[in-house]
Amino acid sequence: MIEVRDVTKVYQGGAGAETAALKGVSLRIEDGEYVAIMGPSGSGKSTLMHILGCLDTPTAGSYLLDGVDVSTMSSDELADIRNARIGFVFQAFNLLPRATVFRNVMLPLVYSGISNGQREELAIQALEAADLHEDLWDHLSNELSGGQMQRVAIARALINDPTLVLADEPTGNLDTKTGEVILDTFARLNEGGRTIVLITHEPDVAKHAKRIVHIQDGEVLSDERRSEAGWSA
Amino acid sequence: MRLVDLLDETRFSIFANKARSALTILGIVVGIAAVIVMVAIGQGTQQSITSSIQAAGSDLLQIMPGFGASSGAVRGARGGGSSLTMDDLAAIKKDVPNVKDAVGERQGRYQVVAGGNNTNTSVIGTQQGYPAIKNVNVAEGSFFTTQDDDSMARVCVLGATVRDDLFGENATGIVGQRVRVNGMEFRVIGVAAAKGGSGFGNADDQIYIPLSTAQRLLSGSTSLSSIDVQVDSAGNMSAVQQAVTQLLLDRHNISDATQADFMVLSQQDILSAVTTATGTLTVLLASIAGISLLVGGIGIMNMMLTAVTERTREIGLRKAIGARESDISSQFLAESVTLTFLGGVVGVLLGFAISWAIKHFASFNTAVSLGSVLLAFSVSAGIGIIFGYYPARRAAAMSPIEALRYQ
Repeated sequence: MIEVRDVTKVYQGGAGAETAALKGVSLRIEDGEYVAIMGPSGSGKSTLMHILGCLDTPTAGSYLLDGVDVSTMSSDELADIRNARIGFVFQAFNLLPRATVFRNVMLPLVYSGISNGQREELAIQALEAADLHEDLWDHLSNELSGGQMQRVAIARALINDPTLVLADEPTGNLDTKTGEVILDTFARLNEGGRTIVLITHEPDVAKHAKRIVHIQDGEVLSDERRSEAGWSA
Repeated sequence: MRLVDLLDETRFSIFANKARSALTILGIVVGIAAVIVMVAIGQGTQQSITSSIQAAGSDLLQIMPGFGASSGAVRGARGGGSSLTMDDLAAIKKDVPNVKDAVGERQGRYQVVAGGNNTNTSVIGTQQGYPAIKNVNVAEGSFFTTQDDDSMARVCVLGATVRDDLFGENATGIVGQRVRVNGMEFRVIGVAAAKGGSGFGNADDQIYIPLSTAQRLLSGSTSLSSIDVQVDSAGNMSAVQQAVTQLLLDRHNISDATQADFMVLSQQDILSAVTTATGTLTVLLASIAGISLLVGGIGIMNMMLTAVTERTREIGLRKAIGARESDISSQFLAESVTLTFLGGVVGVLLGFAISWAIKHFASFNTAVSLGSVLLAFSVSAGIGIIFGYYPARRAAAMSPIEALRYQ
């Protein structure tokens, strides 16, 4: 369960000017939810994603991740939280080029100190969950197609069994058809009990989620839960 | 982050950029190799000079006269005086304990002619004991005897270089030939074996004649230009040096040792002067090479800074998936230290190879010392830390959000 309470984020501009990217956002996401956070650029959705992903801390307000307040943690403590509880999927995949699929998927384990013996086993589970064909596991990441790369990224996000999978425009660099397949993968992971937060500006992408939160001008504009039948493609 | 993981990530990054890693290493390789070779040349020079001094006999004391005759405030040349006499020599042999042998020398430079060839060389008038004291070996014929000396015989023993100059390179059958020294005819009775060495003070560019012949027929003076004293063991050197000094002071009626009209030098004195000079040479050469090492280090920093900028998104990703600041900085630091260390290893090997080549193909003595190898290794690792630190800090301090957004 994750919960943000009355979170604000203020950036210091030049000449002492202040910009409020978030103006008191409260949001509660239960385990197993599939939430899309929507909004145009400049709405504050990226800032919210950074706070949810423990990449940044709020100026005011609190953020509880599994009941632990992470809003005042140091950068090293946040790094440990991200490693253990957050799985990131980025628009640009962000894989290490010239590294094999296995190496990319196992990268988070380098920072969690899991023994080498266990790593491969966890990587296999994650790659199977992300639905990447076994023949590709020993390939270099730059030999793969966009859809395959995003599956590697999903497997990497899953490997530490995170509380939350945070996907930032995961279909933004993919064609529509491949994007649909990736979104189906997220839906299937959610059916298996995974908590997923999707950040997007596209309504077509957002409609795959069970709950859509609209952000505008740093505030929650709407928060609607869709019927079970609504999301299935 | 565990050490094995750190090393594995380092290996991966270095091999992912093979060409650039190799070029960066090259700067360190050249720097380290230059340091090794330069120090090897310096120390090799020191070794060969030292060994040629020691070849003259490490149990040797040399006594030279003081300044030449003074007229008013004008001093003559050091060593040009005529204060050493045959009686001084006899007294040293008789009264100083632990003296194995002593011979006098009367030295001068004269034109030496044989057939159509001539050379200007050092003519040393000396005694029968000279070869044993100065480690001179007679390769052909024999050295002159005390009878030759007593009878002022006009006989000579040629040094190897003089033989080459007068009769041709490595000529044989010289014994019995005639040479003219300062217009007087001498019979060659021997040729000394080459001692090696070259240039100023070449021990082969000399001819030896009996002392009395040199005194009476060539210089017209019975004073000695030096006395060579052989001490029975190296442990008695300083005792004998003191005893000889005291004896000569007494004989010359000098009460203040600073006013002595002679000098007593041991091989050790000469050796330490030479060692100081060649040591300075080595430091000079090594500092010039050190500058190229510094340039190599700046190359490492340049490459690491470029790598940090180029891999900004990778740094962002690593931070997003849980790398702490120390994980990022130690990764970049490990890369630069590994690069410089590899450069150090290759540089040491290259330095060895070049030193060997110089020794064998340029016949210039070189000596690679363990000290310079250890120094090169620690300097290269140090360069990795010093020049890798700033780029590593830059990488670690990046905000993950900014880094992920970097295009």
